[in-house]
Amino acid sequence: MMQHSMIKLATAAVIALSAMGTAFAAKLNVVATTPDLAAIAAAIGGTAVNVKALAKPTEDPHFVDAKPSHIVTLNRADVLIDGGAELELGWLPPLLESARNAKISANAPGRVVASQRIRMLEVPSSFDRSKGDVHSLGNPHFLLDPLNAKIVAAHIAEHFAKVDPKSAALYQANLRTFNATMDAKLIEWQRTLAPFKGAKIVTYHRDFPYLAERFGLEVVETLEPKPGIAPSPAHLARVITAMKGARARVILVQPYQSRKTAETVARQSGATVLDMPQQPGAVKGVTTYFDLMDSMVGKLAAALAKP
Amino acid sequence: MTLRQQGAAAIAVAALWAVQVDAQTAADTMPATPGRAAQGAGAYMNIGFSSLADFGWSSARDVGSLQLGDHDPKVRGFTIPNSELSLDGAVDPYFRGYANIVYKIDPEGESAFELEEAFFLTTSLPANLQLKGGQFFAEFGRQNTQHPHSWAFVDQPLVLNRMFGPDNLRGQGARVSWLLPTSWYTEAMVGVLNSNGETMFSFRTEESSEIHGGTPAETSVNGGTDLVFVPRLATSFDVGDTQSFVLGASAALGPNNSGPDASSQVYGADLYWKWKSASASAGFPFVSFQTEAMYRRYDAAERESIDDPSTTLPAEVLGDRGAYAQILWGIRPRLVAGLRGERASGNDAAFDSELRADRTRLSPNLTWYPTEFSKVRLQYNYDDRQDIGRDHSLWIQFEFLLGAHASHKF
Repeated sequence: MMQHSMIKLATAAVIALSAMGTAFAAKLNVVATTPDLAAIAAAIGGTAVNVKALAKPTEDPHFVDAKPSHIVTLNRADVLIDGGAELELGWLPPLLESARNAKISANAPGRVVASQRIRMLEVPSSFDRSKGDVHSLGNPHFLLDPLNAKIVAAHIAEHFAKVDPKSAALYQANLRTFNATMDAKLIEWQRTLAPFKGAKIVTYHRDFPYLAERFGLEVVETLEPKPGIAPSPAHLARVITAMKGARARVILVQPYQSRKTAETVARQSGATVLDMPQQPGAVKGVTTYFDLMDSMVGKLAAALAKP
Repeated sequence: MTLRQQGAAAIAVAALWAVQVDAQTAADTMPATPGRAAQGAGAYMNIGFSSLADFGWSSARDVGSLQLGDHDPKVRGFTIPNSELSLDGAVDPYFRGYANIVYKIDPEGESAFELEEAFFLTTSLPANLQLKGGQFFAEFGRQNTQHPHSWAFVDQPLVLNRMFGPDNLRGQGARVSWLLPTSWYTEAMVGVLNSNGETMFSFRTEESSEIHGGTPAETSVNGGTDLVFVPRLATSFDVGDTQSFVLGASAALGPNNSGPDASSQVYGADLYWKWKSASASAGFPFVSFQTEAMYRRYDAAERESIDDPSTTLPAEVLGDRGAYAQILWGIRPRLVAGLRGERASGNDAAFDSELRADRTRLSPNLTWYPTEFSKVRLQYNYDDRQDIGRDHSLWIQFEFLLGAHASHKF
């Protein structure tokens, strides 16, 4: 009985899907683990791709649920772009195992591991979890350096062209536009932040080293005593003292980090808390990578300019 | 440790050593980029080790009769119920391999060893198919496939004890799965397993007298009717950005050993719902609800009573049912409060069975995760057993994880 109705349901589903398949056959199905990778993929793919991000822009990308709906998304993907460097280690492997999609398996043309061509920062020399949840391949928040975003964009364009050669020219043209915009924007961002070279900032997690390195800022403290370890009162007291000594007046937090903790520290150290979501889509109107960096650079400059 | 266990332990140690050597060699020959060298350390296989320790006290003197799961706390004082070595990795471009090897210390203080799972999984079959083969937990409901380290409570639900015995429904077999081409997640699976062995509790286990009160019949696998079939259909959908539902229906159908031609059917339905904040920090806050209901029809043949061989028990249908429902509230990062309510009961039969008697249990608990790699759990159990009475238990559980980062299925 059960088998019969299952077969009927399945047949109906196959018919429905093949109809859907014809309608969308022309576009490449691209899945990115995080919205920032999705934004770059959309810029390169343009009209030739449909892009979907698995993680929500406001959630911690280390802790995404391996929801079954993601299995379906990955099963239908032509290309998967993940950050790698263990960012998605807690949730992507079981999804890929269930998705059974050879097109996006390791080393397939349909798989882009964005960190592969990046010079990673903070690569540990030894693996020891008493130092917190350190990523053995280095800090995975590398897209905040615009030059890294260019490397990833080229990487994506190369794979898009392999998977979908007929649109290769389009991807190349989009990459050129992306790079040209980036070059112009980078000069503008560097000019905006130039007066604050050497400024000392504090972050909640170790998630801004790439931004700091590119724009000459110095991350003097993190509210987390060690990566992934919740702040303790003793550590925060130390941070407050250090911030006063170093004249660090800005604390950067993301939507999923405790703003309350940051505010407490800010109050006692005379600093201001700056909401700095790293993912496009977390704030209305911020959809592209350029929007994201514009917004971040603008906020940073305004906060650092305060007397 | 028996000789066999020593052998197995030696093999496991040798395997670990081999991997370390491989990783070392890889690291040595890699170019100087530190990131690439680091990749060598995870070469070929993920290795993880999780270890549980329980401590507590129960008003029931014989804790083993109250806590029926093999990985439950077993005595007043300390229990080391489950120390598990997990290995997994790509075998080649076509298969992935998995092994879960359990070491535990039984209530008498003796070390025991168990090949809990060892199976392969295909990676690239056509038509969205996937094949699994080896020794594995059958895909029946939700809790049955979960390893003790990912349980939300210190013990196994009563209904699983009743339907599948102390160690879940698992055995040697194969499973084919089909991911349906629907726009929402739907997966159809059929497992086929041998019917014998202690983990095929509703079928041809040597412990089956706990269910039917008779002397188990001699059986062997001769044909398809000697196998157990485990079909499952699961579906899932999201509501908005923050809520997900998973619904499933499962069955396990096969022969039992109350007599030569007797059979059992177990049916189950399960529901899981989870809400997680759109700006979750380390996965918190969240609220989840999980429930499973099961029914077993055990067709017991005419059989000789195990307690009194002069008595013949009549052929009869033994009907058992049970359900649990649990709610978890991830209050703030690293802190989860849970509550589980359970009930299991069986129909009247020609014999008395402690296992089939009515039972109710209520378990509130609180779990603190210092990181994803450790946890401390406090759980209280209120038990009410038919003809035995009420019991109170308090357990503390500690867990640590080493090695590969644990990834969790939804």
